[in-house]
Amino acid sequence: MCQVDEEYNGLLESPVASSATKKCNKCKETTAALVLKPGESLCRGCFKEHFVHKFRAMLGKNRIIFPGEKVLLAVSGGSSSCAMLNQVQEGLGQNAHKKLRFKPGIVYIDEGCLLGQSTEKRQKTMAQINSLFKMTGFPHHIIPLEMVLNLPPSVLEPVHLATDDPAGSYKEAVDHFMQSSPVHSVDPRVDRSELSALTDATNPQLIAEAQTQTLQELFSRVKTLTAKEDLLHTLRRHLLVSTARTEGYSKLMLGENCTRLAVKLLANIALGRGAQLAVDTAFCDPRYGDIVAVKPMRDYTAKEISLYNYMWNVPYVFIPSLETKTADKSSIQRLTESFVVKLQVDFPSTVSTIYRTGEKLQTASVTEDIERAPLKCLFCMCTLDTALGETSAFQATLISEQLSNVGTTPMQASLRPDTQTKCGAPCDQQDGEEHCQAQAVCCSHKGGDSMNLESLLCYSCQQTVKDMTSVEFLPQYIMSEAQRRNRRSQIRHEISEFLLTEDGDSPSIKADS
Amino acid sequence: LAAAALWDVLGILLGGAELLFDGVKEHHVTLPSQSEPWNMKQLLVWIGQNLLKERPELFVQGDDVRPGILVLINDADWELMGQLDYELQDKDNVVFISTLHGG
Repeated sequence: MCQVDEEYNGLLESPVASSATKKCNKCKETTAALVLKPGESLCRGCFKEHFVHKFRAMLGKNRIIFPGEKVLLAVSGGSSSCAMLNQVQEGLGQNAHKKLRFKPGIVYIDEGCLLGQSTEKRQKTMAQINSLFKMTGFPHHIIPLEMVLNLPPSVLEPVHLATDDPAGSYKEAVDHFMQSSPVHSVDPRVDRSELSALTDATNPQLIAEAQTQTLQELFSRVKTLTAKEDLLHTLRRHLLVSTARTEGYSKLMLGENCTRLAVKLLANIALGRGAQLAVDTAFCDPRYGDIVAVKPMRDYTAKEISLYNYMWNVPYVFIPSLETKTADKSSIQRLTESFVVKLQVDFPSTVSTIYRTGEKLQTASVTEDIERAPLKCLFCMCTLDTALGETSAFQATLISEQLSNVGTTPMQASLRPDTQTKCGAPCDQQDGEEHCQAQAVCCSHKGGDSMNLESLLCYSCQQTVKDMTSVEFLPQYIMSEAQRRNRRSQIRHEISEFLLTEDGDSPSIKADS
Repeated sequence: LAAAALWDVLGILLGGAELLFDGVKEHHVTLPSQSEPWNMKQLLVWIGQNLLKERPELFVQGDDVRPGILVLINDADWELMGQLDYELQDKDNVVFISTLHGG
């Protein structure tokens, strides 16, 4: 971007006034059909080659998916994830060059309940998705978002695996695979019997009306679209990871493209998610431990994907989301998207510049040591960015928030983490001291019902919770895990005098609680 | 050439852009005759006045198409065809694809 004058000046002044007969830059024979970036136009054939190569190269380069491994593709029905599904399908084909060798499965999460769709409408969408998935022959799981209410609290606890040197084990796995399986190659169609069983199990499920209502209640408690999108993203991730675990997959493939990630990068900064930027936008996301989320589409722009789908008839289903038909300023995510996309029109390197910047980011402290693992956010499962010293920007934000609220509500001090112990964070901060004390009393009667939810969350997830009028409708698995963690820290606090080290993370306590 | 006063154009909307047009994806359109050939700029205005059902700002912004919506003319990227200045021919096929999240 710093070379803006040199690179773009000529380009801005003279819009590409080329004729329709421009030749492809690669083969120099056929008429070009699309412009990838200024000065790079390709014909249909070369575009396809380029597209397919990119996908295999992305997976080959990263060496994260082992041959024969079970990989769950998260397909939303949108163009990006359907292009991903199409690439996997083609890559597994018999005559594919640089054949992919993993075992794919597909998961779709139906979020129709949040848009207030009728049961008929939802079933129609699910039927469309189902027929799309059936054509692939892969095992598939169609899951309503309501299932998130039935998740076990263990979802929120990353599972640590003993890992050796990844590069070495990849090579071993490949060798092993080559020796063992020239006969029964990983043709997904072999799993027919398994497949039929799965599809039966995941039939457009009988969703209890009550669960739909609970979920709707939960989202109606969220005041802003920004927070709604964030919460939905969190719940969706939990459901995906849990599905991968119960169905025995070890990788989760997400269809986020380059444009999407550039938007996410900027939006996340605006949302206060700076500490998690690297892990949120990288190719490989190890935060769940045993299930690794990968983003093979991260090298494609949204334009490439849409054009590919159109030109090569890749089927996809348009499914409305929370953002559909909303104005630019309805949420931070939406506004960032429109900002990036608008800038991209005049400066075609915008998206790739943001995206390349994201690639250079790294998390400061990645401790793989299980015993000393830092605390994780209850929602996004990233390392908590709130356990900082007194001189941190986070503390400064808290203090300035406190001070600016002094005039209006005296009890804003309850926001401070150390005073929160008085009463559960969910208690309305607008209320006066009496209420807080009253609640503290009743809290002690009710026992575990109230808790310091906020102290268990990272800065950004705290903001999301603050945008909720009440947390009573949060899924049970989140609440029980929060209680468990609170209890644990309480016990740790009580016995802290007897601990030999100052470090509260002593293993013996972990085992006890 | 001047005799061919009518231009038949097939418009296709994809990726969620169809939602602003009552969910109809394919539009066979006969443009009214005018002395000069129709160009894309005029077509956008005409679409805005005649076909768009709601929230025009989500499809057209200024006299250009909303950023994030791709345009293909006869299956080729309109950036190769001169974009807004492209002069429509009879039986042209124009495709609008929304790449935006949520359509």
